[in-house]
Amino acid sequence: MSTPLLALSGLTKAYPGVVANKDVSFEIAPGEIHALLGENGAGKSTLVKTIYGLVKPDSGTMTLNGAPFTPAEPRAARAAGVAMVFQHFSLFDALNVAENIALGMENPPPQREIAERVRAVSDQYGLPLDPARIVGELSAGERQRVEIIRCLLQDPKLLIMDEPTSVLTPQEVEILFKTLRKLSAEGTAILYISHKLEEIRALCENATVLRLGQVVGTCDPRTTTARDMAELMVGSALLVPERAPHTDGETILSLNNVSAKAPTRFGTALRDIQLTVHMGEVLGIGGVAGNGQDELVAVLAGETRVARDMITFDGQNIGHFGPNARRKIGLLTAPEERMGHAAAPDMSLTENAVLTATTRQQLTSKGFVNWRKARKFAEEVIAQFDVRTPGPQNAARSLSGGNLQKFVIGREIMQSPDVLVVNQPTWGVDASAAAAIRQALLDLAAKGTAIICISQDLDELMEISDRFAALNEGRLSAPRPAQGLTVEEIGLMLGGAHDMEVAHVEA
Amino acid sequence: MDWSAINPILLLASLMVAATPIILASVGELIVERAGVLNLGVEGMMITGAVCGFIVAVNSGSPWLGFIGAAVGGAILSLLFGFLTQFLLSNQVATGLALTLFGLGLSALMGQSYVGIKAPEFADWHIPLLGDIPVLGPILFQHDPMVYVGLGLVAAVWAFLKFSRAGLILRAVGENHEAAHALGYHVVRVRMLAIMFGGACAGLGGAYLSLVRVPQWTEGMTAGAGWIALAIVVFASWKPLRLLLGAYLFGGVTVLQLNLQAAGMAIPVEYLSMSPYLATIAVLVIMRAGRAPGSLGQSFHASR
Repeated sequence: MSTPLLALSGLTKAYPGVVANKDVSFEIAPGEIHALLGENGAGKSTLVKTIYGLVKPDSGTMTLNGAPFTPAEPRAARAAGVAMVFQHFSLFDALNVAENIALGMENPPPQREIAERVRAVSDQYGLPLDPARIVGELSAGERQRVEIIRCLLQDPKLLIMDEPTSVLTPQEVEILFKTLRKLSAEGTAILYISHKLEEIRALCENATVLRLGQVVGTCDPRTTTARDMAELMVGSALLVPERAPHTDGETILSLNNVSAKAPTRFGTALRDIQLTVHMGEVLGIGGVAGNGQDELVAVLAGETRVARDMITFDGQNIGHFGPNARRKIGLLTAPEERMGHAAAPDMSLTENAVLTATTRQQLTSKGFVNWRKARKFAEEVIAQFDVRTPGPQNAARSLSGGNLQKFVIGREIMQSPDVLVVNQPTWGVDASAAAAIRQALLDLAAKGTAIICISQDLDELMEISDRFAALNEGRLSAPRPAQGLTVEEIGLMLGGAHDMEVAHVEA
Repeated sequence: MDWSAINPILLLASLMVAATPIILASVGELIVERAGVLNLGVEGMMITGAVCGFIVAVNSGSPWLGFIGAAVGGAILSLLFGFLTQFLLSNQVATGLALTLFGLGLSALMGQSYVGIKAPEFADWHIPLLGDIPVLGPILFQHDPMVYVGLGLVAAVWAFLKFSRAGLILRAVGENHEAAHALGYHVVRVRMLAIMFGGACAGLGGAYLSLVRVPQWTEGMTAGAGWIALAIVVFASWKPLRLLLGAYLFGGVTVLQLNLQAAGMAIPVEYLSMSPYLATIAVLVIMRAGRAPGSLGQSFHASR
């Protein structure tokens, strides 16, 4: 191998109380697609932020094309040919596409010229985009195109991609990969971060695995199984959720032509949603973010009320019920956003337990909170779901994402619901905690609870669902048995490639 | 009542004068809010500017130096707000309210020995040729220079936000400070500059009251003009040209009701006095309010 494009050696970065990166070294060759693997908190984000100049390492060196590379800020990194697509898009909703792109460039040309170059690049790589549109109105896939084109306009030598496919349909992922392979063939190196091991196996040539801030191994993903890579990341054998076979019970919940207007300007309207859920089944609902998931959860939870007969629970019309009335009859919900929606960040776990469990667990009497009982309930959730925290008096904010997720899901499961709605139950949760949460959901279903699991993680849905339906622009497809569904069929159910096209390969 | 007491040309001409302090203060606050900072201390910065400008003008004998002193005074007071909110991450609403109270008290203290003095004359600027046009001349082109400074400032802010790179960065910081930081822009630096600009503009607005409109120093003389400036920014959907409209509407109704009072209209004076506020709010509410900058009022700290 000739001179590597980027070489890291001995990078160390410590934050108060935690070492984010410890003696990290690896190399990336020009045109190489290199995967960076690791659990949440393994130090991947800190590492790429170091390369992008957002974080200064405590010790260690980087070289770019053989020359020392110490970017003091992202501008310096961009000037040296390093571009980055962020996990949470670094876009500005109220600005248009061309303005967003100009903000990510050094010495941007006038807006009109940017518009022309956007058209040229989007044509070349098959990423159609109108430079004059306001970013807040774009779909997640289109937003990602904005980020990618912003990077491509700077002719990067190294493109860093942090979890780029979490919001894309399988078809969109395929197109993204074609684009990335084309870039790689042109000599651009790509540092690719993802949880999705099958994608890494399909795309990457080399992988570096981080655990607790240290490099614990490297592998060639094309010849390593996903399971082996996962175990390298976790550092122990991975438990795959098991499910008991079951027969469908009676219908417990049905949605009858539910329609609801979009709650906000950038929201999605629900259209004619038809659905029946049986006791003891897991119904998976997939879809790309922003196709009505949040709105559907709000309708099921009672945050958005609909006409009385649009929702039937156990023979009773409950469309007009509010959240507490629904909790009382056994319809519970765990929303997606942990901080601020599922839990109040600055309140203790005990207080958070009271907030949703008071109706079913009788944690209050005559308007007064029974704190002893509430604390006991919170402690049970903590013990049962292996929530790592010093105790129920700790604020929800102090828990890591995965631990808080275990708590908010556990809190609902412990109330033994008849129907449990979960949205993105393992979003941002590492592999072992995710497996524990899925197992808990399956165990609950085995006891006869109907579970509606809304998720963008198709692997997860295929793993736990009995039936699968897809949300696309506020409409729900007819549920189909999950067993035997192919990726292509799922992709079509999700609405296909959202007018993306395959890269034009230049003659 | 006596309608002939109202001279429409004089009315329109004084409308421009009445609107100027509001225009100056609100165009500054508009920049502050577009950068994502909510500074409720406009009233305090205005009155501090009023007293600073008055003191400098009286001692130097030059109204121009007075205006410069007012801008500096307002900016220094806003630095206090900036330091508290941007570096110590204090709550912007509470800090802004405190700044108003502080500014009112500080200005009363500073102005104690200046009560009852007259400010040096600030001559109207009779623009040659344009000022001689009948009707339009007296309405538009025979004012003191600060009226045109205010208008020029609105145009400059509009062009800055729409066309300049720095304006784009300022909007980006106000829209999503996390993303702006991730792209390598200095959120706190941009915001401090915006806050100081806002303070300087509020100071100019206050000095316009104490040096031109009244022109005397009295305690609490801004009488809520800062709050109207704040309201106009919001109702103008954070757009400079709409802001101009709102300020002229407010100035127009203020002048009109004064004229009606003088003409002896048979309505209790209190109703007339409240009419500018009611009219401004009613019209600006009817014009659909736009979207606030995404990060407005949130503290930013670059962690991790």
